[in-house]
Amino acid sequence: MKILVCVSKTPETTANINFTNNNTEFDTNGVSFIMNPYDEWYALVRALELTESAGGTVTIVNVGPAANDAVIKKGLAIGAKDAVRIDAEPSSSLFVAKQIAAYAKSEGFDIILTGKESIDYNGSLVGGMIAELLDLPFISYASSLEVEGTTATLNREIEGGTEVLQVETPFVVSAAKGMAEQRIPNMRGIMMAKKKPLAIVPAISAEDKEKVVEFQVVEKDRAIKMINPEDMAELVRLLHEESKVI
Amino acid sequence: MVLVLADNSSGEFKKPALEVVTYGKKVADMLSCDCIALVIGSSNNPGVLGQYGANKVVTVEDDNLEKFDSQTYTSAIAQVAEKLDAKVIIVGHNSTGKSIVGRLAAKMDAGVISGAKALPSTSDGFIINKNVFSGKGVVSYSLDTDVKVISLMGNSIQPEKLGESVTAESITCEIPAPKTTVLERKTVSGTVPLPEAELVVSAGRGMGSPDNWGMIEEMADILGATTACSRPVADTGWRPHHEHVGQTGVAIRPNLYIAIGISGAIQHLAGVSSSKVIVVINKDSEAPFFKNADYGVVGDLFDVVPKLNIALKEFKAQNN
Repeated sequence: MKILVCVSKTPETTANINFTNNNTEFDTNGVSFIMNPYDEWYALVRALELTESAGGTVTIVNVGPAANDAVIKKGLAIGAKDAVRIDAEPSSSLFVAKQIAAYAKSEGFDIILTGKESIDYNGSLVGGMIAELLDLPFISYASSLEVEGTTATLNREIEGGTEVLQVETPFVVSAAKGMAEQRIPNMRGIMMAKKKPLAIVPAISAEDKEKVVEFQVVEKDRAIKMINPEDMAELVRLLHEESKVI
Repeated sequence: MVLVLADNSSGEFKKPALEVVTYGKKVADMLSCDCIALVIGSSNNPGVLGQYGANKVVTVEDDNLEKFDSQTYTSAIAQVAEKLDAKVIIVGHNSTGKSIVGRLAAKMDAGVISGAKALPSTSDGFIINKNVFSGKGVVSYSLDTDVKVISLMGNSIQPEKLGESVTAESITCEIPAPKTTVLERKTVSGTVPLPEAELVVSAGRGMGSPDNWGMIEEMADILGATTACSRPVADTGWRPHHEHVGQTGVAIRPNLYIAIGISGAIQHLAGVSSSKVIVVINKDSEAPFFKNADYGVVGDLFDVVPKLNIALKEFKAQNN
């Protein structure tokens, strides 16, 4: 089984969010970066579990500049066989999807996995875009993925429950919580990662279809009102009369 | 023309479908054109969407559209959009929408916003906002492609009665056979799913044990709210995974979020900061959540929650 895992680099979860260049770019000053958690904990780990039990290989692909190599190498340390970085700024979801689709088109992957969304741009777009560009089925927000031969059975998150479905390889799937458990790379994995191939591939030409006008930091201005724990009737009154939520 | 997908994959037009029709009508008004609601598959009284602002309702039925599949749905929407010359295509940012919004954008090589949180501004181009960085930021995007694709975040707009029922018209499309086979849909009936919930009662490690959740479920019952939890209690199996709200769980936008025994780590806040009103109950006055709340109660939740339940019951009794 040949599996491709698409990963993106994101700020770590407690990073301070600020913008620069007239509020048109994310300010990377002082920010630590990680692999998008949905890509790392769920997509990559599940891909490795599947190839560990049924045989096969896991390739990581990322669209980004050389600064992304550290994050890609962590994926190799966790267990991917090799990686490809398409050398371009990931300037929009469709741009990224077109790069990955162009790379994957003739590689014959059985399964292409992404995380359900990235924690920075929250797009939830790239997986579906890759599927459309490659004319493949797409299952989004899958919380489980089992494969028997060429048949996969998945659970997909729907409102208030789960949908169980089956599909033949090849297909694209975006991974949600529940698909796997986070793996911490061990020393051996980290050492072996140094010898694993990380190919740099040029980007194809593609346009961004959306332009950033401006970013803004969300100002949290909740002025808290403390309520006496003995006076819950007062809290109820405020919720009803003051904020009108009940 | 603005084309909106009124999702009925659950078997009925729920609030998200009505939100999308209202939103689509308002966008259509801004662009001086019509709003057409598309219904895929069989439905009960699709013409009712006219009441929420659809100038027209079109339906597409086909054996290949009986169960949801991202390819068949995308094909149907794209064919209808082309037939009717749609310039803006809008879906809800729910499980259906998230499966097709990327496909549609790629198929039509269109500018796309997933999870739009408000109406666009069209006075100078087409500018539209969404949350980014898990709710810590907002971005304004400008779209100038011929066709634009939008998925609308739930609870961003309230459904409004903007028109009258209409007669639905059917359109025929060539739909390929789906490559996925849906085996079953399992839903927990009775509660509003978290992403759509307007009232949420949530609890965390302060509860001490999964056996103590009775009072949380009672509060949810009194309020007609949906229950949620913090990540640690989902990870230890005290509560089901789908209740976990936070940066790596579900992001919610209720009118009221009551957080009980939750300290308020940044990752948790990322999932709930879009709540209109936040109430925090915690025995630790230094809990970071108090810096992100509208109302705070410092006290032992085992005292406070039963008292709050009594007060809520009395309120409901007086106001019904």
